[in-house]
Amino acid sequence: MSTRIDQRFADLRKEGRAGLVTFITAGDPDLETSYEILKGLPQAGADIIELGMPFTDPMADGPSIQAAGLRALKAGGSMKNTLSMVTRFRKHDNATPIVLMGYYNPIYIYGVDTFLKDALAAGVDGLIIVDLPPEEDEELCIPALKAGLNFIRLATPTTDDARLPAVLNNTSGFVYYVSITGITGAASASASHITPAIDRIKRHTDLPVAVGFGIKTPENAEDIASVADAAVVGSAIVDRIASSLDAHGKPQDGIYQHVLGFVAELASGVAKAKKTPA
Amino acid sequence: MTTDQPNAFTQGPNDHGHFGIFGGRYVAETLMPLVLDLEKHYKAARDDQEFQSEFAHYLEHYVGRPSPLYFAERLTEHLGGAKIYFKRDELNHTGAHKINNCIGQILLAKRMGKKRIIAETGAGQHGVATATVAARFGLPCVIYMGAVDIERQKPNIFRMKLLGAEVVPVTSGSRTLKDAMNEALRDWVTNVDDTFYIIGTVAGPHPYPELVRDFQSVIGREAKAQMLDREGRLPDTLVACIGGGSNAMGLFHPFLDDQSVHIVGVEAAGKGVETDQHAASLTGGRPGVLHGNRTYLLQNEDGQIAEAHSISAGLDYPGIGPEHSWLHESGRVEYVSATDTEALEAFQLCCQIEGIIPALEPSHALAEVMKRAPNLPKDHLLVMNMCGRGDKDIFTVADALGVRL
Repeated sequence: MSTRIDQRFADLRKEGRAGLVTFITAGDPDLETSYEILKGLPQAGADIIELGMPFTDPMADGPSIQAAGLRALKAGGSMKNTLSMVTRFRKHDNATPIVLMGYYNPIYIYGVDTFLKDALAAGVDGLIIVDLPPEEDEELCIPALKAGLNFIRLATPTTDDARLPAVLNNTSGFVYYVSITGITGAASASASHITPAIDRIKRHTDLPVAVGFGIKTPENAEDIASVADAAVVGSAIVDRIASSLDAHGKPQDGIYQHVLGFVAELASGVAKAKKTPA
Repeated sequence: MTTDQPNAFTQGPNDHGHFGIFGGRYVAETLMPLVLDLEKHYKAARDDQEFQSEFAHYLEHYVGRPSPLYFAERLTEHLGGAKIYFKRDELNHTGAHKINNCIGQILLAKRMGKKRIIAETGAGQHGVATATVAARFGLPCVIYMGAVDIERQKPNIFRMKLLGAEVVPVTSGSRTLKDAMNEALRDWVTNVDDTFYIIGTVAGPHPYPELVRDFQSVIGREAKAQMLDREGRLPDTLVACIGGGSNAMGLFHPFLDDQSVHIVGVEAAGKGVETDQHAASLTGGRPGVLHGNRTYLLQNEDGQIAEAHSISAGLDYPGIGPEHSWLHESGRVEYVSATDTEALEAFQLCCQIEGIIPALEPSHALAEVMKRAPNLPKDHLLVMNMCGRGDKDIFTVADALGVRL
């Protein structure tokens, strides 16, 4: 079954370039502003969008994305509102893949079957659930795959060769390689550091490999895009949202330019990357 | 009770770390290999006679075990019913049951060649116990503690610092215990090579609920032997307080398959379970996934975790160990709750007629004993886990009673 994600990576291969994956938290800093940013991402150069589902206890995230989640929750963010953002987005854009990213509990409480039905109906393409390792595949991964969603797994520097097959089994769409041991927004890894890891993953799978955690500048993105199939940027974009807010947390004029202009810079960084295929 | 009960309540968890639908390993991939490695080493240690002897050695000579099983004669007379015994874990080194688990885990850390210790703490008791064993075994130690808790537990901050630990204030989220646990997990995910995370209760990803329970089960094993020695038979009722539930699991576990023993866990009802200010996860929560395991959690209809409230900082956690959730649903253990006010009354009674200043945590268990004991016959043997002493709580109690120190 071919999905929007498969199609997007096929297109990127044809263009001979890596993709840019951008992350924002749904509802940050408020539902309407967040929707407008989401809507502007493809034109700014995002090839794939990761949309964060806000959660009170994001144990794998650094301060930037923690704060984004709390801003969203404070402004009324919820699973229902996250899904309706996707529904609205799909009325304008039927090509850009959307991957929901977050933690399992809000999905579990929403109800796995209802969630999958509503996510598909909204136009969601894939899921990245940080706290569902392959050991808990029965929970959501298998039902999601059966429903026709991609389930994108994180591979990390601690995922050794013995474990990789277990992680890649039931993974679809792409593999998200976490370039460092740590939380989102922490120190960055360089292309030379991650090349062996990408080589290693590619020995086990034909899926595209996106690399994230710690990519902060267009130069970082260019560097990573020279060896990966896509570069993922989250905290640095979310920081642009945070710095566009006034003292009361309200968005200031120019927020869209500030955020989407940065995404455009990241996109041109990625576009400049000279492919040194792994 | 339901008919499809397991034959043995002491056999859990299964190979995947599940107690029924509870437990499991809901952690980020970076941590997964570490959790599997810990499980492998723990299994080997558990079966290693040398490890067990070393554990027993430190429990005896450093912690001061066995703790007495004390007949609370005046409380028994006062309540006029069941014969009440206290399992005196408040007499342990550092003043609570927490040290039992910390000794076990630091020996495991040493065995695994880890060079650095981290832990979360709410009231500071687990932080103090962890800092204590880290000092004893010469390992650097970082304790994560919510900024809100730091404000209300200043003496314990100083204790941890005296013991050489670094105390890191956690300013994310609600800035209490659950956020301290998030921050400790973030540290662990960053420092995967050299760091051992000493979790303080029977929660977290498998194998933590199991190994913490096993280390704490010394409480129940001793109590059983002591009761057989004193009374020639098993107790009729066990009572213990529950935040995460490690002291309770430690007392209960060796008795789970003794069907004649009635077992009661007491959650913190704060200002009342009908309010939104309590910490009674089983009474007021529902199953969810947090901190690596599925268990009962206080949360809203969107799956966002709620803040807990209790006068006792040690019970102030929106979750509970997964094995308790399982024992609750299977009906083997009865779970009830006691309010801040009831705990305060029990606290004062215990000071006045037993000459024991209990911690606010076991004061909740004592509140249940006060409700239950008068209606039981005089030959009914009741054991309550006096899991901590109350020196740390005198400021909180003074404040609640309107006394200026």
